Amino acid sequence: MPKVKYISHTGLEREVDVALGNSVAQGALDNMVAGIDAECGGFCSCATCHCYVDDTWLDKLEGATDVEKDMLEFTFDPKPSSRLSCQIIITAKLDGLIVHLPEDQS
Amino acid sequence: MTLSCIIVGASHAGAELALTLRKEGWQDPIVVIGDEPYLPYHRPPLSKKFLVSDQDVDDILIRKCDFFEKISVIFQLDTRVIEIDRSNKMVTLGNGERLSYHKLALCTGSRVRKLSLPGCELQGIHYLRSIDDATAIKCAVKPKCKAVIVGGGYVGLEIAASLNQLGVHVTILEMEARVLKRVTAQEVSDFFTRIHAEEGVKIECNKSVTSFIGKDSFVNCVACRDGTHYDADFVIVGIGVLPNIELAEAAGLEVDNGIVVDNFACTSDADIVSAGDCTNHPNQLLDRRLRLESVPNALEQARTAASFLCSRRRPYASVPWFWSDQYDIKLQIVGLKAGYDEKVVRGDHSSGRSFVVFYFKERSLVSAECVNRPKEFLLMKHAMAKGLKVDIALLADETVAVKDLIIAQET
Repeated sequence: MPKVKYISHTGLEREVDVALGNSVAQGALDNMVAGIDAECGGFCSCATCHCYVDDTWLDKLEGATDVEKDMLEFTFDPKPSSRLSCQIIITAKLDGLIVHLPEDQS
Repeated sequence: MTLSCIIVGASHAGAELALTLRKEGWQDPIVVIGDEPYLPYHRPPLSKKFLVSDQDVDDILIRKCDFFEKISVIFQLDTRVIEIDRSNKMVTLGNGERLSYHKLALCTGSRVRKLSLPGCELQGIHYLRSIDDATAIKCAVKPKCKAVIVGGGYVGLEIAASLNQLGVHVTILEMEARVLKRVTAQEVSDFFTRIHAEEGVKIECNKSVTSFIGKDSFVNCVACRDGTHYDADFVIVGIGVLPNIELAEAAGLEVDNGIVVDNFACTSDADIVSAGDCTNHPNQLLDRRLRLESVPNALEQARTAASFLCSRRRPYASVPWFWSDQYDIKLQIVGLKAGYDEKVVRGDHSSGRSFVVFYFKERSLVSAECVNRPKEFLLMKHAMAKGLKVDIALLADETVAVKDLIIAQET
């Protein structure tokens, strides 16, 4: 099963299995990774699953939709590497993905 | 002696309550009793993606199958609780089994309001609340068939958009003069009426359904008071929900349009909490009592309830918010507009697919309905939670950037 590594804003690392077709947000929820709220359940509606994709993985991801980009702009401390983790769907080529979690999801 | 927490209801609130108990350090058994045969699953997709795709229950589980096992939460599914015996702190299940509790959580949710009209027992008349309901609707869809939806609320409109996408000829019959009348302003009703017309869904207002007509016990026509008839291969009724309060009421808990709880989701019995659609709860931010039908409310209240059971007091004070997806439209609503005395529209609701309606009461923002405007939504959600002021004079001016709509706080 593909692995995803979540790194908290304080540097704590958690590497977990995320099944193909599941989102990075769902992977965090299913493994009680702190720092991802995903209030709406993963439907790109709330922007509480904000993450920063590690630089080494940025070019392997599909781009964000306009709705996602708009939401990201109003998250806490957005950066060029910002994504909503509910919109990153795990495929075989994303095995080993590393995401960093923001200090706050509000 | 074990000190079990029994959670009645295995949906959004029940699931969140169970896992938050573990996060907060609850060491004793947790038993979740659900009347459906499924682990907790997301309900919002039932009227949307679930309906138009080949998703099944495994695709919409709130947490994957082994999650609750790993955190030692036991589920008793396909099981009803029929009685709460508060003096002996026990619940009685539908199969006669009695379980003792140390703490009890009522996450009984809501159920669909049903029509009681001639012909309503005919086959082919659907409601939508559960995964089984959605699956039955999926099975009813045949190429180019006709569906009549009774009720032009958000659920009805979402189902209409989904069925339309599947090639079904959809007619919505709305009793009021416009769709969404109970929940939104004229502008938003007009907008969704136009969008559905553009997409090919027929909306008929001022239509009071009086009976369902059938053949061989299957519905094939819906009759209205004004004498009109609408042919239908199947019908979906979406006329709102009722809170499931009967169990609490029979147990003598305080009930008033929902199970009455305090800021900590505690009922009138200190060993019983309640969370989700079924509660009548105070909201400090809005300074009033509410009963809300929404997932974010269910989650937040469940966390408050779990904290309370673990002796941590974390008062519930969230700004209500909601969303609806139809076609390429994402509607996001923050706040409650009840009692508003002023509204401002940003953008054009009469053409295109993107605008916001802001609602004010005594010059304070009470709600914003954002159609494909996620920026405004997130900013207003933040503003309402933090008590920031919005510059009313600037809202309608689209040349002003969204971030500049908030009045800078004096420090």
